[in-house]
Amino acid sequence: MSLGKLRGVGLGLNGVIGRDQAGVIVRSLASGAVSTGKPEPMGAPPPSTGIVDPTLSKFMQPSNTVEYAVSKFDEILNWARAGSIWPMTFGLACCAVEMMHAGASRYDLDRFGIIFRPSPRQSDVMIVAGTLTNKMASPLRRVYDQMPNPKWVVSMGSCANGGGYYHYSYSVVRGCDRIVPVDIYVPGCPPTAEALLYGLLQLQKKIKRGRDKLLYFKK
Amino acid sequence: MCTAGGDTGEKLSNPSLEAKKQFLSSLIEMCPKWITGARIEKASMTINQGGEMVIETTPEHINPLIGFLKRYTNAQYRSYVSSCGVDHPDKQQRFRVVHNLMSLRYPSRIRIETYVDEFTPVKSITNWFNGADWFEREVYDMYGVFFTDHPDLRRILSDYGFEGHPLRKDFPLTGYKEVRFDAVEGQVVNEPVEITQEYRSFDYTSPWEVFPEDKRSDEPMIEQPKKEGESN
Repeated sequence: MSLGKLRGVGLGLNGVIGRDQAGVIVRSLASGAVSTGKPEPMGAPPPSTGIVDPTLSKFMQPSNTVEYAVSKFDEILNWARAGSIWPMTFGLACCAVEMMHAGASRYDLDRFGIIFRPSPRQSDVMIVAGTLTNKMASPLRRVYDQMPNPKWVVSMGSCANGGGYYHYSYSVVRGCDRIVPVDIYVPGCPPTAEALLYGLLQLQKKIKRGRDKLLYFKK
Repeated sequence: MCTAGGDTGEKLSNPSLEAKKQFLSSLIEMCPKWITGARIEKASMTINQGGEMVIETTPEHINPLIGFLKRYTNAQYRSYVSSCGVDHPDKQQRFRVVHNLMSLRYPSRIRIETYVDEFTPVKSITNWFNGADWFEREVYDMYGVFFTDHPDLRRILSDYGFEGHPLRKDFPLTGYKEVRFDAVEGQVVNEPVEITQEYRSFDYTSPWEVFPEDKRSDEPMIEQPKKEGESN
């Protein structure tokens, strides 16, 4: 049972939903890794080493100097990643027009370092902008697989979130999270350029929160 | 002499209803075997292009009839507009295949219809109009009507390996298959459809007419005398 089925289509009113732990679960499931589906236990706060990082919560405080250094390295990585999100030029329907608006001079994604790339091999983010049909599902997955890691997915609009208007259709995927692991859902039909921009800012936030090198080191 | 553009043949305006009737009857006279019926739809509409000429024919005679309409000097329907299908589940010949043609020589449009069942093929008109290729593929995709002598008759819109013909009236809205990505197989797989959310049943009665008094009637509104003790 995929999470997309549990979620249904009622994503409408909650604003942009960024999912930290749940997003990690979906990602590990869909990329084929064997996982128990449980988020990693945080455990008790580690014994204090005297090094206190004010940017981290008390559960994430480094327990020794090396961890502190690794988490700083993480921060540098995140800073670089969040500052140059390169989304793929991938429009499926009317949402793509709003995506273009967000990229054009009024909202100007360039000023966030967000530059649309014509190739999945140069992209970090896929914005699923529009109705994902059954016929388009496997090309979408193929294109997603062609993106280098780390990669993120923004689901834009009701159709990509959960089928939307076409939820009962015979030819439309009921949510693009059945095909690719989604990080940010942007509601709307279509979402305005501002909404997409807000979603991308949320994605920046999520990227900045990441600490994959630290987790790798701890493991 | 009857032309698609009216009697004069030179007048480039919307021909009168009478001229259309004459043109249709002249067509019937010329090819009585091919034409099984003719009618003029929306005849009451006088402005613009009301009075649409419709010709009914049989699945095997549709090809020579279209060729005739294309080549005939007084018709010259040389512009192919579109094709479509219609499903009438209550009829024995349940599918209607419609071709729309236009004449630029005489400002005139015409519709050629034919009725078939699930198994009878229709003669393709791609030898006369190359543009009919994809339209006939679409009719085949959506209704399952076969076209003989079509160069490449396969589905055009629906998914590869799709089952059924979506625009048939007996095709369920949600279809039979849905797709998802299977992490174990590493590819997108087809599965029997499973809807977690029920269909919604919409109540189309207006929420504003739940009170009988509010219902609109032809009777003139009469001010109701206020009852005693009724507060406002």
